[in-house]
Amino acid sequence: MTSARTNPALLQVTRLRKDFPVRQGLQHGLFGHNAAAIRAVNDVSFDIARGETLGVVGESGCGKTTMGRAILRLIEPTSGSVVFDGIDVATLHGAALRSMRRKMQVVFQDPFSSLNPRMTVGAAVKEGMLIHHLAEGRAADHRVKTLFEEVGLNPDYASRYPHEFSGGQRQRIGVARALSVEPEMIVCDEPVSALDVSVQAQVINLLQDLQRDRGLTYLFIAHDLSVVRHIADRVAVMYLGRIVEIASADDLYSNPTMPYTQALLSAVPRPEPGRQTARIVLQGEPPSPANPPPGCVFYSRCQHPLKDDDCTRVVPPLEEKTPAHFAACIKQPSQLP
Amino acid sequence: MTDPLLSVSDLRTYFHDGGVVARAVDGVSFDVAAGETVAVVGESGSGKSVTALSILRLIRPPGRIETASSIKFQGRELLQLSDGEMRTIRGNRIAMIFQEPMSALNPVLTVGEQIAEVVRVHTDASRHDAWERAVEMLALTGISAPRERASEYPHQLSGGMRQRVMIAMALVLKPALLIADEPTTALDVTIQAQILELLQRLQEQLGMAVLLITHDLGVVAEVADRVVVMYGGEVVERATVTELFEAPQHPYTEGLMSAMPRLDRDTERLVTIPGVVPPSTAWPSGCRFRDRCSYAWDRCATEHPPLYSVGNEHESRCHLAVEPLRRSESHTPSTVRVGAGS
Repeated sequence: MTSARTNPALLQVTRLRKDFPVRQGLQHGLFGHNAAAIRAVNDVSFDIARGETLGVVGESGCGKTTMGRAILRLIEPTSGSVVFDGIDVATLHGAALRSMRRKMQVVFQDPFSSLNPRMTVGAAVKEGMLIHHLAEGRAADHRVKTLFEEVGLNPDYASRYPHEFSGGQRQRIGVARALSVEPEMIVCDEPVSALDVSVQAQVINLLQDLQRDRGLTYLFIAHDLSVVRHIADRVAVMYLGRIVEIASADDLYSNPTMPYTQALLSAVPRPEPGRQTARIVLQGEPPSPANPPPGCVFYSRCQHPLKDDDCTRVVPPLEEKTPAHFAACIKQPSQLP
Repeated sequence: MTDPLLSVSDLRTYFHDGGVVARAVDGVSFDVAAGETVAVVGESGSGKSVTALSILRLIRPPGRIETASSIKFQGRELLQLSDGEMRTIRGNRIAMIFQEPMSALNPVLTVGEQIAEVVRVHTDASRHDAWERAVEMLALTGISAPRERASEYPHQLSGGMRQRVMIAMALVLKPALLIADEPTTALDVTIQAQILELLQRLQEQLGMAVLLITHDLGVVAEVADRVVVMYGGEVVERATVTELFEAPQHPYTEGLMSAMPRLDRDTERLVTIPGVVPPSTAWPSGCRFRDRCSYAWDRCATEHPPLYSVGNEHESRCHLAVEPLRRSESHTPSTVRVGAGS
């Protein structure tokens, strides 16, 4: 798992930004030039090695889903570059973009809403193969059956419709569909959060088996910190559109450096009754991304003992605090209270 | 021991659809003492939410609470009360909060009006006094500028704030029992921590009991005194929270605990429970978990297990209680004991 880091980067994201314009009143609409914007993803840079799993965690509205979509070019990034296997994704059009999409697939939280209710699940899995001319006729049907077996579904189910399946089975169908075009990377956006814990474990194990067997690379976006620790090699923490900490999973979970990461980890309820925890209970809620504060985005809720006005002056850069462990905080790391 | 605050016994809530009967809750019994927190844990389809709704008598046709079921609250049999009598208890002595506060709040009334309405329905407080109590309660839930917030509409508030409003509305009449159905499931983890802390503080201040319905074992470990594990419409294990986590007895509880990824350590591979929950229209004969259980033997198919006593205040609905040797005999690689993997 850890050896993946020595592989060359499959995906390189550099200074990625995505703004969403905010609709303003009539006056601004008619006369204003500087329309306000929600900066959903702000100056995000990272890379993922071939065969690696990068986990992205953060709370609602932190920009993790938008980031995933901008990388896939399901939405157009405002600026920055996304280089996949040496090719700048942002410059691609037409056939070249389609061929890139074959290599970079996505699995969503709710596969039901991305499956056509009137199409058999077999046809849904076959669709991508036909579009990309990977197989036709009998050969395509045969590949559908093989894929069903690979994701742990009875191949005879290919002729059924989406509503006939449980949540876990639908997610297996979603995975089969992503795999049908032989991708190199899969963006998994909350793939197990709608599932019960026993079924969640089945799907996580499936994703890990597929990675091992096919050498897949995952960008794994989730809010569940325990799931991400389990599946990811490295983890990035996002807050208000920025990556505030990134490190190997083991290092991040045992030595969280950025005060937000510390608070986030300490907030997770542990299955150990009577455990006396020094919990950091954050006050308030994140500021609005339409009007982000100057300096450190976490300043308003930060409980670092050394926090001061300096924090509001500069946007703290992602600095390498210890080898391969980056955090965006200008203060010396403080221990958990 | 004094009488419990709430005593649910042999509760059966069935849904009748044509000739088909869905036995969603099928013989559930447990008690809640004054002031304590009891967690009901289970996955989708276990019957935990229907249990909660049954206690409040919020089951609508084709659902029906079957005769011989009993729900005693403060010594009164709730299932014998008239609808009018039940209304004086619901929202007053027993309150409830849900997972999604937005769908439980009225979008066209300010949150202050909605809380005040609860007060006016159940007491003879004046409009002004009811409003004041609403503001007071909002303040108690840690909402800053409660007087201003009281005049706002639900859509103007964040998810965490709405859950605070729901809590204020549920607790404004100081109920003896709060039923909380997945109260933090829709919330971010830092907001969840705030809400759990708030619930515990208010529970102490008001001396109320909490019946917590949840699928999250982390939340259970943190707030519960006792735990009821449900599977297939039945209670499969009952224990104090410490006992349950230290020595789970039912294979389903065991499976749930090892299927959960851990924050504090990396497990090589998660243990899974094969298969899915069977539909409530066709529970298997004998033990309802046997199709997914790695210990199952012939007895499990023929004999429906009772809740065996397996320790002090600890019961498990599994024949392993009387044939403990089977635990080691049928041990297969897929059933790593809790705590063994690391």
